[in-house]
Amino acid sequence: MVKSLPLSSLVTAGVLAAASAYACDAPIKVGVLHSLSGTMAISETTLKDTMLLLIDEQNAAGGVLDCEIEAVVVDPASDWPLFAEKARELLTVHDVDVIFGNWTSVSRKSVLPVIEELNGLLFYPVQYEGEESSKNVFYTGAAPNQQAIPATDYFLEELGVEKFALLGTDYVYPRTTNNILESYLKSNGIAEEDIFVNYTPFGHSDWATIVADVVALGADGKQVGVISTINGDANIGFYKELAAAGISADDIPVVAFSVGEEELSGLDTSNLVGHLAAWNYFQSAESEANDAWVAAWKAKMGEDRVTNDPMEAHYIGFNMWVNAVTEAGTTDVDAVRTAMYGQEFPNLTGGTAVMLPNHHLAKPVLIGEITADGQFDIISQTEEVPGDAWTDFLPESAVLKSDWQTLGCGMYNTETETCIQLTSNY
Amino acid sequence: MRHSFIAQNPSVLWFLLALSLFTLGVTVLSEAAGVAVISTSFVKTLGKTLCLCLIAVAMDVVWGYCGILSLGHFAFFGLGGYAIGMWLMYARTEAIVLDALAQQPLPPTPQEVSDAIGNQIFGVVGSSEFPWIWAFADTLYLQLLMIVVIPGLLALVFGWLAFRSRVTGVYLSILTQAMTLALSLYLFQNDSGLRGNNGLSGLQNIPGYEDTSQAVISIVFLWASALALGAGYVFFAWVVSGKMGSVIKGIRDNEARVRFLGYRVESYKLFIFTITAIVSAIAGALYYPQAGIINPGEIAPIASIYLAVWVAIGGRGRLYGAVIGAAFVSLLSSWFTGGGAPAVPLGFYTIQWTDWWLVLLGLSFVAVTLFFPKGIGGLFDYLVRKP
Amino acid sequence: MIRLLFLAAALCLTLPGPSHAQSLQNLLQTHADEVLKPGRRSVGVVLDDLVSSGLPQAVPFLEAWRDREIVQRDADGRFFRSADDTLFDLETGEVLGPAESDALTQSRPNGGVRRAIGDALVQFQLSDPDITKRRAAVDAIARSMDASQLTPLRMSIEAEPDTALKATKTRLAGMLAARFGKTPEARIDAIGGLAGDLSVDVRAVLNTILATTGDVAETLPDDVNLARLLQPGIDLTEAEAYRQLVANDLAPPPIPAHAIRAALSSNIVDGFVGGLAVHTLDTDENRMTAYRALAQAGEVPPLVTAQDQAAALASHVFYQAYDEPDIRITDAARAALDAIETRVAFSQAADLALDALSLASIYFLAAIGLAITFGVMGVINMAHGEFIMMGAYTGFVVQLFVPDYTLSILIALPLAFAVTFGAGVAMERLVIRHLYHRPLETLLATFGLSIALQQLAKNIFGTQARPLTSPGWLDGALVFNDVIAISYIRIAIFVLALIFLGVILYVLKRTRLGLEVRAVTQNPGMAASMGINPDRINMLTFGLGSGIAGIAGVAIGLYAKVTSEMGADYIVQSFMTVVVGGVGNVWGTLAGASLIGFLQKGIEWLNPSNTLAAQTYMILFIILFIQFRPKGIVALKGRAAAD
Repeated sequence: MVKSLPLSSLVTAGVLAAASAYACDAPIKVGVLHSLSGTMAISETTLKDTMLLLIDEQNAAGGVLDCEIEAVVVDPASDWPLFAEKARELLTVHDVDVIFGNWTSVSRKSVLPVIEELNGLLFYPVQYEGEESSKNVFYTGAAPNQQAIPATDYFLEELGVEKFALLGTDYVYPRTTNNILESYLKSNGIAEEDIFVNYTPFGHSDWATIVADVVALGADGKQVGVISTINGDANIGFYKELAAAGISADDIPVVAFSVGEEELSGLDTSNLVGHLAAWNYFQSAESEANDAWVAAWKAKMGEDRVTNDPMEAHYIGFNMWVNAVTEAGTTDVDAVRTAMYGQEFPNLTGGTAVMLPNHHLAKPVLIGEITADGQFDIISQTEEVPGDAWTDFLPESAVLKSDWQTLGCGMYNTETETCIQLTSNY
Repeated sequence: MRHSFIAQNPSVLWFLLALSLFTLGVTVLSEAAGVAVISTSFVKTLGKTLCLCLIAVAMDVVWGYCGILSLGHFAFFGLGGYAIGMWLMYARTEAIVLDALAQQPLPPTPQEVSDAIGNQIFGVVGSSEFPWIWAFADTLYLQLLMIVVIPGLLALVFGWLAFRSRVTGVYLSILTQAMTLALSLYLFQNDSGLRGNNGLSGLQNIPGYEDTSQAVISIVFLWASALALGAGYVFFAWVVSGKMGSVIKGIRDNEARVRFLGYRVESYKLFIFTITAIVSAIAGALYYPQAGIINPGEIAPIASIYLAVWVAIGGRGRLYGAVIGAAFVSLLSSWFTGGGAPAVPLGFYTIQWTDWWLVLLGLSFVAVTLFFPKGIGGLFDYLVRKP
Repeated sequence: MIRLLFLAAALCLTLPGPSHAQSLQNLLQTHADEVLKPGRRSVGVVLDDLVSSGLPQAVPFLEAWRDREIVQRDADGRFFRSADDTLFDLETGEVLGPAESDALTQSRPNGGVRRAIGDALVQFQLSDPDITKRRAAVDAIARSMDASQLTPLRMSIEAEPDTALKATKTRLAGMLAARFGKTPEARIDAIGGLAGDLSVDVRAVLNTILATTGDVAETLPDDVNLARLLQPGIDLTEAEAYRQLVANDLAPPPIPAHAIRAALSSNIVDGFVGGLAVHTLDTDENRMTAYRALAQAGEVPPLVTAQDQAAALASHVFYQAYDEPDIRITDAARAALDAIETRVAFSQAADLALDALSLASIYFLAAIGLAITFGVMGVINMAHGEFIMMGAYTGFVVQLFVPDYTLSILIALPLAFAVTFGAGVAMERLVIRHLYHRPLETLLATFGLSIALQQLAKNIFGTQARPLTSPGWLDGALVFNDVIAISYIRIAIFVLALIFLGVILYVLKRTRLGLEVRAVTQNPGMAASMGINPDRINMLTFGLGSGIAGIAGVAIGLYAKVTSEMGADYIVQSFMTVVVGGVGNVWGTLAGASLIGFLQKGIEWLNPSNTLAAQTYMILFIILFIQFRPKGIVALKGRAAAD
């Protein structure tokens, strides 16, 4: 099986390369499945524009396989069932070769059965909770071990935090992340009573009591830190209340996993200087590629626009896909998927991202402190961390492993050495 | 009785005819028939629209005929979807889990099977316990029963409390809205045991029919939805005709007078409220396997308000009006938001309909209430009376 | 341990030689990597070297390092101070020219390192002439609470010129003495001095003294300072207790289900294991039987049964012992803490009440406009939330043009009223006027307006949340003690709510307009025949209600966020506030808002980890409440109550 693969892909490549010059009166279609209206439009519209910029740049550089790339943009309108409907439309009506899209986990879960049924290819650019592996999805955002765990390590090691408040919006990403973190913290010797967990609804605005609860945690003399998985607009009220309560990052540091440059632009950050965020990318990263990328983005969208982590994920994902297609000589999903494994592309933060057999990237983890101008000062950057689909810190998933390249299975139980299922967990 | 009821409602026959023609036409043109003029995703849209028409008919009965402006009927629709979704998820997962466990040297114990299913379903939302509300999820017929029992019971208890204390008019509307808000907030919690914000997904994969293509499944569901809509239409046409129909219309027009005439107004209202809730739940149970996913956002208060909007635009107090309203507005909505409508360049500004459709919808809604209280259905009166 | 060795090595290296012979730059070069990329745990060596070097430049260097002004020149690895794009020499402080960021790498000590630097600076700063540096030093001591700082702190108290800082220093010295005093008497004395102070840091000190460690033994040892005995099954779960036994090697570990399964799987011989056919092993009982057979054959470790576990638990004592061995000290700390805890509980109740009051005032503010349009006029305005949003966006637009926050708020409040008053009047004239006899349809028409307005706001302002910043004097919080505090912005909202209550009561009860409003509401025909123009009155009333919603929008935007969907968050809540309170009565709205605010905080207090659940139960309560009191808390009586 393993031996025959390169050979067969070579053959297909040869056949299609001969045909491609001919086939190229039809452009290669790239589906963009991001909400342009509804509640998620705030975050996802940016990603649609990112894709359009990337496709423009690639076309200017000669397209791919000598073909022009054409973007097919649809609007699933933040309506989860509509994501499935639009994905089906992209794959069957528009016949796209690849889809870049989704933001929320629930929208991804909605799309998964369709993508798997029709053997499509999806690049998902946002940090997520893991516990999933689909043959047809490449996860270019961070898995929990590429964001949450390093940030927690930073709290434990560098800030000496002994007592944790895990604050999150009540949905799957914070729930799963906090479960993983609780388990991780306990394995690091933090007692159960030193972990305070709270969930709030989307768009929550009444933070006074919760902030007071967090302050009260300090009463037993331990250094308190907050790990925030609070999502979206609710952050505004939360940070305003923090500032009003006079909590400085020196007293109670807050590290957020869902607050990036884009979210900070709705806030006056002068009172938040020193609080933290963990991502795989910050706009302030110092590299030539990043300078060029930020400049191109600002030239297209306006001087006051910022770049953020999911944009970099699309940047890496799209370029890897282009390289994989070039290597495979075809846009056929199975051939491209095979060519994707081991693809390398330079990160915007320096270093190189590698696509792993579990469909995740190896990327560095950055921790930044909020500055007064709404940017992040990068104070810690790790080596590349390989993304892990199944976390090692929950007993049920510690035994699971995803390896599509050699095992051909996304949910492989290493204890019983069996493949639990070939479809993904939705 | 049956005779007079058809005579009273000539629209029933016309409606059934149109519905059959529509269903047949779609089937012939679908991918399942090999023609593929209508794509599978559009067949699914049409099937879902039929379900929306069914709940709109129920809404028309409760509002247009009985005068109760319920802003919570989508809660029942969602509950129906959740009920069928639980079985779909359970059965699909059970098959996967049994396959996986069969590869092990020891045969699995029932506890292991249940743990594995729980872990598979709830692992993605960060827990693995099987909540008690899934008690019946392993048995199809029990769970099918749940589709009618749970929304029916909720409607019965809620209606009994509300009508008993004579909460009427606007207050009742706000109360029903509070009910659906409370339910959606409850379901948003992960602790509710229905996977919180993620909801139930992968519902388009019918256990036991994994090898059947979605093109065929979509047609089957189109037929099922059409059948349910036809049956529901006939049933409600029968309910609102005859003496019972007169009483409930009387309640709408003057509740006190009907009460003075000796009718037990509360019982009538409760009956209508509950039966429409059950029909809504059935519509939901057919809708969500076509949509593929249900989550608490589906039953947010705004959905029920839209339902009222459809009925009002279609024309209250006539069942076909509700059908027209639901089909017209929901299909038009997806056309506009789907980018189907061409942008209008004004020179200084270009109107993108994805941005402006809601403005248009909102304003046209105001216009309908102000100038055409009879809605689109009112046009039929005009046509019928003219010749 | 390793760090200690390092420290010793570093001391050996630095102490013998004459310290002035070494330059700061040389010292830094020996630790170049650590200076450039310091870590909290490893930076100690550098700090110790710097402090013990006695170099006069060390202190300014540490300050610059903490403030992230230290850079390394990539070319030769030398360190400099860079501030305002200018490069300074570390030894002499002279200007070396402009700093070119391309050729320099900045050292960015993180929060933990900055704290360590702060600690190292303490001894130099405690008596610094600059009060901000002295304050920073005191803050650093308060954060780290290190025994070594007690003496320098005490020494500096005498000469402290600032009385407030002196008090802080004295208090801090007391806290340090309670923990690190030389004699038990001194510590007990210091602990006594802490009694009655309910601030978080004092409780932190007492709790640290009272820190306990859980342990298990066959019999209770005599030499421990016992905090309390633990009863398995009551104070800790039996499973947890047994786990402690296993961890202390006092009992064999239990065999978990998956280990049994693995053991059975690996002992299958010809389709049989432990005397049972494999296909019969689909129940736990059969598996147990097979496992026992294997255990008897000596193939696997024996099972640990529930009886074994219970027996093991019964034959051991579980207890918590104080880390502090002296019982007099722990007793004194316990007594002091108990006294504080009682006061803390009262304070927490007071704080919760304040939060509830604040939440109630926000609900009241959001609902009061509705209390007029819905309560008094009976018009269901689903676009009420969008008036709130319009007010908030008015505030945002004003801040775009008027950068001074105080002035902009002063302009925004009346302007928001004017804008929404106008919008309200227009809506009344164009839509609602035609629907007075069809209340349910008003609901639908205004809903149509609501979605149109919401989308319009999205088209104009985008979906991104917009900043609405409160003036500086509303920053911060009114702090009564470390438990009771409320932010000024919430106080302002509370005051605003009170003002509105007063204004509306005055308008309705004491003015000609109010009289006419009440007349028109009760009987429009009769009012008209008395020479009142009902059209005009309806228009003004509706405008007033909408205008108030606009002002509420500015207030809500200040404390939370400004988005196009903010109105939708408040509309259902507001309707419930009005209905629960009792329609047609401003006092009712007040009662409704208070009820909902206090109730929600109460439920949150019962279940602090899930705010969403609190909201759900609150709505359920409201639904039930309306069933039993359909007219609300303050029900109108007599003719006015007729529907």
